[in-house]
Amino acid sequence: MTGKLDLDPVLVARARELARRAGQPVVDLARSHTTVSVERAVLRLAGVTGADPDGIPWVNRLVDAVAADVGLGHGVAVPVFDALVREGSTDVTLLAQKAAAGSVRFTQPTGRAATAARSAARRAVGAGIRRIDRRRAERDRLIKRHGDPKQRPWIYLIVATGDIYEDIPQAQAAARAGADVIAVIRSTGQSLLDYVPEGATREGFAGTYATQENFRLTRAALDESSKEVGRYVRLTNYASGLCMPEMATLAGLERLDMMLNDSMYGILFRDINPVRTFVDQRFSRQVHARAGIIINTGEDNYLTTADAVDEAHTVTVSQLLNEFFAHEAGLADWQLGLGHAFEINPEVPESFRLELAHALLARELFPDAPLKWMPPTKHMTGDVFRGNLLDGFFNLAGALTGQGILLVGMMTEAVVTPWLSDRDIALQNVRYVLGAAGGLHEDFVPAPGGFIRRRANQVLGEALDLLDRIGEQTLLTAIAEGTFGIMKRPADRGKGLDGVAAHEADYCNPATDILEAAA
Amino acid sequence: MSGEKQIVRPYGDTTGDGMVQVSFTLPVTHDKRAEGAAVQLANKMGIDPAMVVHAKPMGDGFTFFVVYGRVNHLVDLNAVQVVERDFALLSAKDVNTVIKQRLRRKLSVVGACIGTDAHTVGIDAILNVKGIAGEKGLEYYRELKVTNMGAQVSVPELVETARAEKADAVLVSQVVTQRDAHLHNTREMSAAFREAMPAGRRPLLIVGGPRFDESMTDELGVDRIFGRGTTPGEVASYLVHALITQRKAMA
Repeated sequence: MTGKLDLDPVLVARARELARRAGQPVVDLARSHTTVSVERAVLRLAGVTGADPDGIPWVNRLVDAVAADVGLGHGVAVPVFDALVREGSTDVTLLAQKAAAGSVRFTQPTGRAATAARSAARRAVGAGIRRIDRRRAERDRLIKRHGDPKQRPWIYLIVATGDIYEDIPQAQAAARAGADVIAVIRSTGQSLLDYVPEGATREGFAGTYATQENFRLTRAALDESSKEVGRYVRLTNYASGLCMPEMATLAGLERLDMMLNDSMYGILFRDINPVRTFVDQRFSRQVHARAGIIINTGEDNYLTTADAVDEAHTVTVSQLLNEFFAHEAGLADWQLGLGHAFEINPEVPESFRLELAHALLARELFPDAPLKWMPPTKHMTGDVFRGNLLDGFFNLAGALTGQGILLVGMMTEAVVTPWLSDRDIALQNVRYVLGAAGGLHEDFVPAPGGFIRRRANQVLGEALDLLDRIGEQTLLTAIAEGTFGIMKRPADRGKGLDGVAAHEADYCNPATDILEAAA
Repeated sequence: MSGEKQIVRPYGDTTGDGMVQVSFTLPVTHDKRAEGAAVQLANKMGIDPAMVVHAKPMGDGFTFFVVYGRVNHLVDLNAVQVVERDFALLSAKDVNTVIKQRLRRKLSVVGACIGTDAHTVGIDAILNVKGIAGEKGLEYYRELKVTNMGAQVSVPELVETARAEKADAVLVSQVVTQRDAHLHNTREMSAAFREAMPAGRRPLLIVGGPRFDESMTDELGVDRIFGRGTTPGEVASYLVHALITQRKAMA
């Protein structure tokens, strides 16, 4: 604790303890259930690739075939590798094709057959995880060669054309213009697809699909850019929606560097079933931990639907929960891009001081996490001149409070998808502020007993009260009752529930076994 | 105002000076010729004389310009066509009273963001109690029964819910406009309601969003379009006007 806010360490410890109390039942739930997407991720690690002529991935066809014969509760690894051993084959994709044609029957083996299937599955999945390990080592080498950005916060810029072949030159141009992290925005509809599309996207709605091929193409292009600009340019995509375990796996295999991966976003903003989300969430975070990927959590979204002053404490609570879930899944502090945002109505008196209090609170609570600082969106209007000023203050708040990752705000937010000139003006704004005041966080110590310290302590207090209430009723009930972002999401409703199964006694997931053995 | 001029020009700092500012990017490397090209474009836009006050190279082969200058166009206020508000603006109390006295039941409103649009900011501003800019949303109106379905609602789900809730009005918000998604989604929605329900039984169809043209109602098959800056009070007043006051007047 750097102690700029005089937070009471006893209260901070208590907040973490309450977050653990609220989160533990959800972890227990995640440990005793699986989902179709977790099982498909296991098959992807075991080497199943490609899709049928209709574009349905073979992992989907294979998981569906296994589930139809023996259910999902044993895990698909053992029935699949049992069939493979019986077929005398090692090609899992070929097996998926046969299963889709109806020429393979799956059973849950026992005794010696089960042991043989288990060890075959573990070998195949282990090979997939070793590929992720190699990509991580490769990243470490490239960072050593090209270097990290010279300044903090890292400058994070979005490209969103809907055509990956347009995104790539824009991403490279952004890197040349100073971006340290590039996020390729995903097509808005993908969250609710229960499969990961294949191939390069040419025509997406408000973004491209998260596909293995898009990941590969963009990462390769940014490797070129890293060499050119002399610093390692990081690439971000999304592990969210119904397929987050698979997206995390593909990100690990293709050396993405950051993934948007919030514990509750899908539940609140996409109406995905809470149990499905928490099970998928835990597996995806275990993969991210192994792959050395920095996760970005989505607390900024609460403030776009709820009031940024009244509900500031829900951001703190969500950050504490995200931290608990992340640590539990094996992520280290340096991998926690906990989110928060500059979304207070600029008409509110002292709005900038309130923003500083909230941003500094996050900084002090999570001193070793690369906090992700998100720009104003809710109060951006067609007045682009005022928007540019607001973005300047956002950048200043980021510099003053030592944020780790700064998502560049666009003055044309809420007007158009950013133009080339909008991005240039936005980067000029960031460069001016970081150039003029980049080190100001050293000098910025709010006065004892002053407005900022009082406000930060008040928000922490409100967060503790909320965590207390959640602890009494469980997190699932709190979500059902609309505690976060106003949305009410009961545990027995929402999309993707039919893809959840409770573990049978002989449930086997070699990926989880390997990932947990290392943690 | 009777004394207001009907023919006007843009105002910089003197009446009639016609001054405007524009900014744009040309796919040209920055040099003298690029600045000349910016002047040429400005001249063709009717800005003459045009002053290029700022030119900045951006990346490879692009230049950003800010131009100030005088336009020679005149604006005829008599020839302006807009959708004027054709209903009285009522207070929340008056809205409740009219519904209670003349409808004698609660007025049912179903709202949603349809298609892949995940931006609930618009529908929430109109429906949530919290409202916008200090004005409470429709949930605050005692005589309105509001069902807010949230984001990424499919059209069939919306039609089904409208039927189940016996909706008097359906409110749809569309923020994402890439590839004209807001227009496609709205047409799909209105077609689905036309197909599912006979004319007299259909709820009032209302869409809202920052990028709609308010005069496109016929083209999109909806009863009303609300643009940028619409408040819950305007929507509530329109509901009372279209469903009660006007309907009674016509009967």
